[in-house]
Amino acid sequence: MITVENLSKLYDTTTVVDGVSLAIERNSITAIVGTSGSGKSTLLRMINRLVEPSSGRVLIDGQDTRAEPAYLLRRRIGYVIQGNGLFPHRTVAENIATVPRLLRWDARRIASRVRELLEVFQLDPARYAEALPHQLSGGQQQRVGVARALAAEPGVLLMDEPFGALDPIIRDKAQEDLLAIQARFGTTVVVVTHDMEEAFRLADRVAVMSAGKVLQYDTPAVLLRQPADPFVSRLTGLADRAMRLLSLVTAGEAALPGAAEGPTVAASVSLREVLSQLLWCGAQSARVVDERGVVCGRLTVEAILARGRP
Amino acid sequence: MSRAPRASTLLRFAALALLVAFLVTPQSFAPLFAPLTQYGAPPIYDQGNLLTLALAQLGTVCLAAAASTVVAVGLGILVTRASGAQFLPLSRTLVNIGQTFPPVAVLAVAVPLVGFGEKPTLIALFAYGLLPIFENTLVGLRTCPPAVLEAASGMGMSAPQRLFSVELPLAMPLILEGMRLSLVINVGTATIGSTVAAKGLGEVIIAGLLSSNTAFILQGGLLTGLMAILLYDALAALEHRLMRSVSPE
Repeated sequence: MITVENLSKLYDTTTVVDGVSLAIERNSITAIVGTSGSGKSTLLRMINRLVEPSSGRVLIDGQDTRAEPAYLLRRRIGYVIQGNGLFPHRTVAENIATVPRLLRWDARRIASRVRELLEVFQLDPARYAEALPHQLSGGQQQRVGVARALAAEPGVLLMDEPFGALDPIIRDKAQEDLLAIQARFGTTVVVVTHDMEEAFRLADRVAVMSAGKVLQYDTPAVLLRQPADPFVSRLTGLADRAMRLLSLVTAGEAALPGAAEGPTVAASVSLREVLSQLLWCGAQSARVVDERGVVCGRLTVEAILARGRP
Repeated sequence: MSRAPRASTLLRFAALALLVAFLVTPQSFAPLFAPLTQYGAPPIYDQGNLLTLALAQLGTVCLAAAASTVVAVGLGILVTRASGAQFLPLSRTLVNIGQTFPPVAVLAVAVPLVGFGEKPTLIALFAYGLLPIFENTLVGLRTCPPAVLEAASGMGMSAPQRLFSVELPLAMPLILEGMRLSLVINVGTATIGSTVAAKGLGEVIIAGLLSSNTAFILQGGLLTGLMAILLYDALAALEHRLMRSVSPE
């Protein structure tokens, strides 16, 4: 659990972050969104003290982050940035081993952790452990960057526009991986992004920032249904908010009991995709099946549309 | 691609073999130099051992380069830290003076202070060699990718850990290039040390000038040149290997 209390950052006379308070649940993903210059990156960087707050404080599991030297604090917090910042003169394995080495883990423990992470991130250890970062594709480099951040099993992972430099297909995969990894390791993730779509897809809660202040901090559904501010509704997108609401719910969650005619959809896809599919084939209803292929319910166009209303 | 390096390797070995042969058995080259002498003067320098002189010169140059490197890299690190940034103009001025002040003039100033021999030469070469190492260290440290530095700090490296395990390794190819320039310039410059009685191949050249013996002048210059080329080449190869691991292509 991360508690941000009345946190501010001033550079000379400009206030970059202005009295922000947030309570971030353990094992959740929180997105901080906002336009450039809204102070979202500065807020993130104050959590691991790459930027020292001017006033206010940050508590991680009840402990003030200023209780220890900043570099020791950062070894307990994973950090991923846009462009990865992999060490170009070190192999993939050495890059991943950075924090465990700083923490003086023994060699065998480091080796097995590096191996585990390479496998989790679908990088064949035999092929990639000794490769240098420049020999990897952009998507692979990004995965190594996340693996490096998670190497010492941090409770908290901070990500600053982690997928900004990736093309849409790789980005989609990276987001999917992040969700799977967060579920696997139970890490508390805070991700800064300017991409609303990304925030809604990843986050349990979203903090919308503008001019250094948090305008609203809520679940994606509440942000869409009850925006606290005209800026929030502009940022979350007035025109397609109904579709965005649909994208927050999976077919499995919305399925009605009973059997149905029509195309078969997986329980894990969003209602938005189901609706699109129904429109495409002109059907009125769909059969929802779970990952084993067993029918677990039905969805009708009407039921889907009802989910998209405020 | 496989032939070009082979040809250059061959040339490198030929140069090395020529240098070693000349230094170990100088008399076998006497017939080559004989036409350059007059009135039966010796074609090969006979007032000292060429190998000893060459090694002495190399030793002086390496010692001076080591001192220049320690000071120039140290200054480069200092002025790229936030706390030392204010010393940049001062350091730059000092290092530039070292390069602008002619080594001969440094010798003239140093002799009254430290006497004849190796010492004034070391001082002159040290001052002369600072600039390329300092400027290259500066560029190397300043051009480290910001994302890499941010990641290093974000991972929890302390400032010294970041310097020694990220910044210096990334700047190393450029620092080495500076050392190479400095060393090569100084192999040649070191010959003037013989005017203040430092041991070196300059002795051969000066003896030739004094006795109008073209053979002496030529062999002194030739040996110095060969040493400079081989040194340059060896350091360039080392740099290239480092460079390949740091940045592709």
